[in-house]
Amino acid sequence: MESTIIRSENFNAYFGVNHVVKNVTMEIPKNNIVAIMGPSGCGKTTFLRCINRMHELIAGATAKGKMLLHDDDVYDLNAILVRLKIGMVFQRPNPFPNLSIYDNVIAGYKLNGMKLSKDKRNDIVENSLTKAALWNEVKDSLHKKGTFLSGGQQQRLCIARAIAMEPEVLLLDEPTSALDPISTASIEQLLFELKENYTMIIVTHNMQQAGRVSDKTAFFYVGELVEYDNTKEMFTNPKDTRTQNYITGRFS
Amino acid sequence: MAKIEGDIKMLKEEVKDMWLLVQSQLTKGLTSLQNFDKDLAREVVMIEKRVNSTELKIDRDCEDIFAIYCPVAVDLRFLLAVLKINTNLERMGDIAEGIANLIISTKSSFKKELLAATKVVEMYQEALEISDQILLAFENEDSATARGIFKRDEFLDEINLKANDLIIGYLKDHPDDIDQALNLLSIIRRLERIGDQAENIAEEIIFYLEAKVIRHRSRKRKTID
Repeated sequence: MESTIIRSENFNAYFGVNHVVKNVTMEIPKNNIVAIMGPSGCGKTTFLRCINRMHELIAGATAKGKMLLHDDDVYDLNAILVRLKIGMVFQRPNPFPNLSIYDNVIAGYKLNGMKLSKDKRNDIVENSLTKAALWNEVKDSLHKKGTFLSGGQQQRLCIARAIAMEPEVLLLDEPTSALDPISTASIEQLLFELKENYTMIIVTHNMQQAGRVSDKTAFFYVGELVEYDNTKEMFTNPKDTRTQNYITGRFS
Repeated sequence: MAKIEGDIKMLKEEVKDMWLLVQSQLTKGLTSLQNFDKDLAREVVMIEKRVNSTELKIDRDCEDIFAIYCPVAVDLRFLLAVLKINTNLERMGDIAEGIANLIISTKSSFKKELLAATKVVEMYQEALEISDQILLAFENEDSATARGIFKRDEFLDEINLKANDLIIGYLKDHPDDIDQALNLLSIIRRLERIGDQAENIAEEIIFYLEAKVIRHRSRKRKTID
């Protein structure tokens, strides 16, 4: 049965005096892919970054309201712990340039000072790269630098790095916007396969992608959550005129 | 205006043009029946070629819009509806052609007594009005007008149901008129199918405008829902 893993309640985010996320209440069901779409500046990425407390890393950025992971408010938990449970993949593939593929995958453990045996490290690297559908392509070159990989492979490496920490939730901020259509298709297929074990929230400008990969879709506009529904319903029969105008390209 | 809006507007105009062609077939068919004008009936058959080519053009244009824009929401519903309306209109054209061919093949002009007894002219007029009304609903994006069709279609069904007995009764007194009586019965059957096609079109208009699927529901529920 579907249960809620993340729940925001009257959540607000600010950059100084700018109110960029306004009173957002929404539930993210476990093992679902939820797409967040909306025009530039609508607050979707800010909202995403609030979920694992990345937002507060920016000077002057503040947040108000509840952001619950299960029943715990992430703002009452240790921020590092929150980011271990809620991983993030960014728009541009960003493997550590000086690290090998192998070290990139276990970078989270090293950076957090978590010591692992060699066998355990090997297991994590193989499992994470397998889950990220990259193992077969890189198993013979694990000690080459991650930056030698193609854009699509680099993004899958970043996903492997995120899931190596065994998070419950993955946040993806336009993860394919810098990739060609073939790499995009392989990432989308990967997200679909990862759904069995993870809950994913994806910010995307590509509406067709939202339609293809997500179970539920949220539409944000000027900081507000305008509409949130099953993706099929959103793309066939949106209830709010603003959603309809946005997805049909009639937005002014 | 977004480019997709322009393309959809053009598509809507094409559907309207197709509709007017089918309307002209039906109108000419009625005049041809009343005046036993076989030349006019042949014109109806000729128009069918244009209806067929317009149907293919509309199909192609829908395919192009799907391929280029990946439409969603109201645009998606409009295109899905147009694909079906297009087929329904083409079938209405086929039916008009069938009626015209029946008139052409009838040996002598229809007896006034027979026309009056079967109410075929009234039925034809009603079918034409239903077709007008449904076009109006499409043009004005008016689902209430579309819903009005379901009730009107009952009149066509009623005449169709009574037609067998009426024709049998007439033939008892006028056995020599068997050719025209049977052809008239076939015309009545076809007019009833015009009503069915109009009803299908109304369902598609309601789907496009309200995102409601009302197919396979009773007429009463279709009118309310």
